[in-house]
Amino acid sequence: MSGVDAAPGRSAGGPATSSAPLRRAVVLTLNQVRFVNRAFWRNPASAGFTFAFPLMFLVIFTALLGSGTVHLGARTVKESTYYVAAMAAFAVVTACFTNIAMTTTFQRDQGVLKRLHGTPLPPAVYFLARVLHALLIAVLLVVITSAFGALAYHASVPGGATLGRFVVMLLVGAGAFCALGLAITSFIPNADAAPAVVNLTILPLLFLSGIFIPLGRNAPHWIVGVAKVFPVYHFASGLQAGYLGTSFSWADVGIVAAWGAAGLMVAIRRFSWEPRV
Amino acid sequence: MLTETTAPAPPAVQVRGLTKSYGELEAVRGIDVQIAPGEVFALLGPNGAGKTTTVEILEGYRQRDGGEVVVLGLDPGRQARALRSRIGIVLQSTGVDRYLTVAETISMYGQYYPHPRDVEEVLSLVGLEEKRDARVLTLSGGQQRRLDVGVALAGDPDLLFLDEPTTGFDPSARREAWEVVKSLAAIGKTVLLTTHYMDEAQHLADRVAVIAAGRIVAEGPPSSLAGRDLVRPRLRFPRPPVAVPEDLGATPVAAGPGTLEIVTETLTGTLYRLTSWAISAGVSLDGLEVLRPTLEDVYLELTGSEPPAAGQDSAAGTRRTRRGRRRSDAASHAEARVGGRGTRR
Ligand SMILES: Nc1ncnc2c1ncn2[C@@H]1O[C@H](COP(=O)(O)OP(=O)(O)OP(=O)(O)O)[C@@H](O)[C@H]1O
Ligand SMILES: [Mg+2]
Repeated sequence: MSGVDAAPGRSAGGPATSSAPLRRAVVLTLNQVRFVNRAFWRNPASAGFTFAFPLMFLVIFTALLGSGTVHLGARTVKESTYYVAAMAAFAVVTACFTNIAMTTTFQRDQGVLKRLHGTPLPPAVYFLARVLHALLIAVLLVVITSAFGALAYHASVPGGATLGRFVVMLLVGAGAFCALGLAITSFIPNADAAPAVVNLTILPLLFLSGIFIPLGRNAPHWIVGVAKVFPVYHFASGLQAGYLGTSFSWADVGIVAAWGAAGLMVAIRRFSWEPRV
Repeated sequence: MLTETTAPAPPAVQVRGLTKSYGELEAVRGIDVQIAPGEVFALLGPNGAGKTTTVEILEGYRQRDGGEVVVLGLDPGRQARALRSRIGIVLQSTGVDRYLTVAETISMYGQYYPHPRDVEEVLSLVGLEEKRDARVLTLSGGQQRRLDVGVALAGDPDLLFLDEPTTGFDPSARREAWEVVKSLAAIGKTVLLTTHYMDEAQHLADRVAVIAAGRIVAEGPPSSLAGRDLVRPRLRFPRPPVAVPEDLGATPVAAGPGTLEIVTETLTGTLYRLTSWAISAGVSLDGLEVLRPTLEDVYLELTGSEPPAAGQDSAAGTRRTRRGRRRSDAASHAEARVGGRGTRR
């Protein structure tokens, strides 16, 4: 392409990294995660809400209700332990779904996404970096919640064979909620509407799925029925198995993964780099 | 692509017959533009003229309806990905992550490109050395705009698109931004900028195209745009109490109450004859002016954004021809209007 090389400042040879495009993509992704991470911690809203909320709720709920017990199937568990599992699930939903949906909408409306789209950054690298970062935050929150629960409430933490299944559920769930967060962005008209849309979709599900108020033996059937359609219930029940020793079901993992895959498809089809008009 | 050995460098931007509609609205109606490597080219026009639409088609953001577009040898409609590593874009409205610092932002964007420019170098080009560690959040509007240019420069592009780089600036911020654009020109970048401001185009651009309602109505170097340099200057002076001689080189005509005007081909000679006659006749010519159309006159005329004027002088004739004008009559046009304006005063 002689016309290309005729321009000033462009010498022959092409990009030096063309021999290792994969390596370059990996380096680029990791660097991108670093920048996302810096921006995350410096933004009081994202860092504060994502981090403070689950831990704050854990303290409040256990302080209010921590002395009671919850019946899960055949088992009876202490409410304090129950909330450690529930808040771990809540933390993942916040770090992945809420955080990604809000930040992405905001970036879209600010024109950050449009600008990024005008650079050679591969879109996959951008998304992967965002998802990886959310995953890291989610894992960190789960670790903190578990450690806090173990120390303060003597909650048991997943270990041994349970740990393996727990990690699978955690990673599948985090990935799925990231994908759903990206997907819902395409239904949010503008940044002002983001909190309303995000909360309207996720808060009812959190309640229906027993995250804030345990679904005891006498929970209405319709509530459980509705909750079982959506991924939050299955994700929470998968994590509970790790903490509470309730039975682990691969069907839960499958349903969450299916929601994630659907979210990914919607995100890919409907994603917009420019503010919606 | 052909292999050229001795031919001049191919144009950085080549546009022919570009069209784009949004539904019923024809935003761009057949635009031709050619920009040489290293040139600073300004697209000058009022709100809604089609500047952003044109520029974003060249950047690969929007798809054209018709016409031919080649940018750095590539078709932005089909090869946007390849193009993007070689262009720098400053959008009309855009944002960056507000929590990163200036230097972090530039280095983050730089890493997306195969040959990033040194961060410190970029900072000094856009004059943000002192703000290198400040969060984007804390920058003033003018500084943020310079950061936008810095981000566009991060990948060391051959060609920069600046969509209204100074809109909303105070005069000193505009001057600073102009210095930045000049420094880009000085390091050999090709620049396509859009603006509403005549003085900006005049100051920065090697060549200007005036765009109105989706069409280019005049094009050329700012000094001679629309034949501005060819329009004959006029001498205007208060009507002397005694008759003016006949041999001034052109006949004075009345231009409003108590004012005469001479349109002349030979300014120096006419001026000499007029003033020597005035001195010998003891006539005061206080208020004598030499008038030429300014770029602003030409622009207002071409874009039809002049406020309607009272009176049925030659300006009325001018206005009649305003629509559907071709580039070739722009020169006579500008002249007609200048005459018209003189009489209205
Ligand atoms: N995405 C769009 N959908 C519909 N109409 C549009 C769209 N973008 C631009 N237009 C219309 O096309 C015309 C040209 O718009 P454009 O943004 O290109 O003008 P401009 O010269 O950049 O104006 P300004 O100086 O105000 O930025 C306007 O009438 C505008 O309303
Ligand atoms: Mg515009």
